[in-house]
Amino acid sequence: MTKHTTTNKTRRQFIKTAAAGTVIAAAGITGFPYIARAAAAVKVGIVHPVTGWAQYSGSQCRFGAMMALDEINAAGGIKSLGGAMLEAMLGDAQSKPEIGAAEVEKMNEAGVSSIVGAYASNICLATTQAAAKHGIPHVVDVGVNDKIVSRGLTNTFRFGPGFGIITKAGVEGFLAVNKAAGSPTKRVVIVHENTTGFGAGIAGLMTKGLNPAGIEVVEVLPHPTPNKDFRNIALKIKEINPDVVIPSHYYNEGVLFLRTLQRQKIQPKAIYSVLGGASSQYRFLAEFPDAAQYVMDCNHWFDPKNQAAAAARNKTQAADKHYSYEVFLAYTAMKFTADAIERAGSSDRAKIVEAMASSSWSDHFMPYGPTKIVDGQNVGARPLVTQILGKNIDVIEPPEYATAKAIFPRPA
Amino acid sequence: MELFGIHIPSYGWQTVLGSAISGVFLGSIYALVALGLTLIYGVLHIINFAHGALLMLAMYAVFYLWNSLGIDPYVAMLIVVPGGFLFGYVLQRSVISKASHGRDEIILLVTLGIAIVIENAALFFFSATERSVRVPYDLDGFDLGVTFVVYPELAALGGSLLITLALWLFMSRTDTGKAIRAVAKERQGARLVGINVDHIFAVSFGIGTACVAAAASLLVPTYAVHPQIGYLFVLIAFTVVVLGGMGSFVGALVGGFLIGITEQLGRLYMGESLGVITISVIFILVLLFRPTGLFGQRSG
Repeated sequence: MTKHTTTNKTRRQFIKTAAAGTVIAAAGITGFPYIARAAAAVKVGIVHPVTGWAQYSGSQCRFGAMMALDEINAAGGIKSLGGAMLEAMLGDAQSKPEIGAAEVEKMNEAGVSSIVGAYASNICLATTQAAAKHGIPHVVDVGVNDKIVSRGLTNTFRFGPGFGIITKAGVEGFLAVNKAAGSPTKRVVIVHENTTGFGAGIAGLMTKGLNPAGIEVVEVLPHPTPNKDFRNIALKIKEINPDVVIPSHYYNEGVLFLRTLQRQKIQPKAIYSVLGGASSQYRFLAEFPDAAQYVMDCNHWFDPKNQAAAAARNKTQAADKHYSYEVFLAYTAMKFTADAIERAGSSDRAKIVEAMASSSWSDHFMPYGPTKIVDGQNVGARPLVTQILGKNIDVIEPPEYATAKAIFPRPA
Repeated sequence: MELFGIHIPSYGWQTVLGSAISGVFLGSIYALVALGLTLIYGVLHIINFAHGALLMLAMYAVFYLWNSLGIDPYVAMLIVVPGGFLFGYVLQRSVISKASHGRDEIILLVTLGIAIVIENAALFFFSATERSVRVPYDLDGFDLGVTFVVYPELAALGGSLLITLALWLFMSRTDTGKAIRAVAKERQGARLVGINVDHIFAVSFGIGTACVAAAASLLVPTYAVHPQIGYLFVLIAFTVVVLGGMGSFVGALVGGFLIGITEQLGRLYMGESLGVITISVIFILVLLFRPTGLFGQRSG
């Protein structure tokens, strides 16, 4: 009897346990643990140079990426993963490519699903390569060197334009502005950085683009990054006396260069930058409004008529930051990443790579149209030409985005 | 013209002279930073790795005095120079002296540690954003014909000359200056004649830091402040100190001008990146013929 009872009890226990196990197993296959998985965040690596020579720009990028990430999480996270939050893993490249690559290795070990970064071209070249070893999808936010997306790395994507596209637009924009003014430009000087790889590329492409149009590139003046003195370059420009100066460098050098020209009372018909660093920065306009006047720049810029861009600008300014290209490029790179994770419905790296490659994301405020990725590059990406006029940075080219007419040559 | 396969461009004399003059102004900045460094080396016989970080910290002090209280950077010198002296004095007595236990190699590491702490603290508290001071006379100056000289550049040049003169007078005419020289030459002997060596060490470090604070006031109207700004000048300042002769103020001044002019002319003819090697060339040449530097004295 006792034995029977015991046997009965054991059977009941067995049935209970088996039933519970079956339910758990079944739920595991279907929906129940799916909810448990939804709580698991998707890790995204955000690597930028927040110390070293590029620390300001890197910090701006980090701010932009985090602003987008916070917005995505506040809006309910990744819906296809049951509202999974995006979890940022921050990395500091210290303005050095090898450190950027080391940060990617750490991110790989931490199990990130994707990476956004890494500002400067030379750092991006290193981080994308390191990410490729582990199949981590890497969205380049700013780096414009075309080698970044032309090395056959299937994990590497760039939502913004590279310097090939930018220089083409820069030449077209300049020729349009020059033609509208009666073609007064005959001779130009190009000043470019030659440390991180983007400046030299732009100088070469600008020369190729301007010469057939009858504009002579009289001198190309490279300089290192960082650079603490532009007086020699200013003296050379003074001796050459070109119609237009075309600078291409980072923010610090941009400010120092334009201030040196101002101090040396050198005033060509125009400063027409291509990725001019400071030439289309609200911060430069706020700090040196007189040096900034009439400076034109072919650079990353948002659609000026898009309300979402204005909202992002207000939010940036509310955080006591300047709404620079670093902010909105990193912001959109993060949103592009989130869109891909959403469509992949998975935190699996390979699935996210597939989703990025087939992206048609259009819910953004850049003047790119719907996304179309070819060999990692968003082929619709393009820069705009801006000019600092009074207290505003207006778009002057192309006409469909223009908010003002170019003033060229600049008044004395 | 081709030289060793390098294309050497030709420029008009106005450009060359303008470049040399700009080298004098650049050199005055190097000299300003090197003056404090050479004093600290001359007395303490240590290479102060925290010098760049202290320069950056002083530049932030000048910036915030201007930004918060509207104090002109040059007027701010009246505050930051005594402040720099006190900070340097306290730093030497309370941190460097205690942590190093009198061993030179440890002092080196301690100053390196201080530099790392100051730089990261600056990054944390001030952020990576560059801060610029805008003074009303920023663009005022006079035209030399070959180049335009603005008052902030002239102030830096005048400042470097005045500080050198002041330091030379202080070291040669005052009792404290003589005590510093005595400690620099013979530490034990100085102790035996009743000089408080620990106090003199701290005073020297304080004066070195005060010099860098004066340099900060003269640099801020031209250069934006950020946590990395010290590196831009201090590495060349080390070269200037060795070139001019360790511990020599006149050497720091002459060395600064020599390096500034050489660098500018090198950059003019060889390009902005390659031209910097002329600093190394002139450095090696001087040390080949004068191992103690231009104004250095043989030890022992």
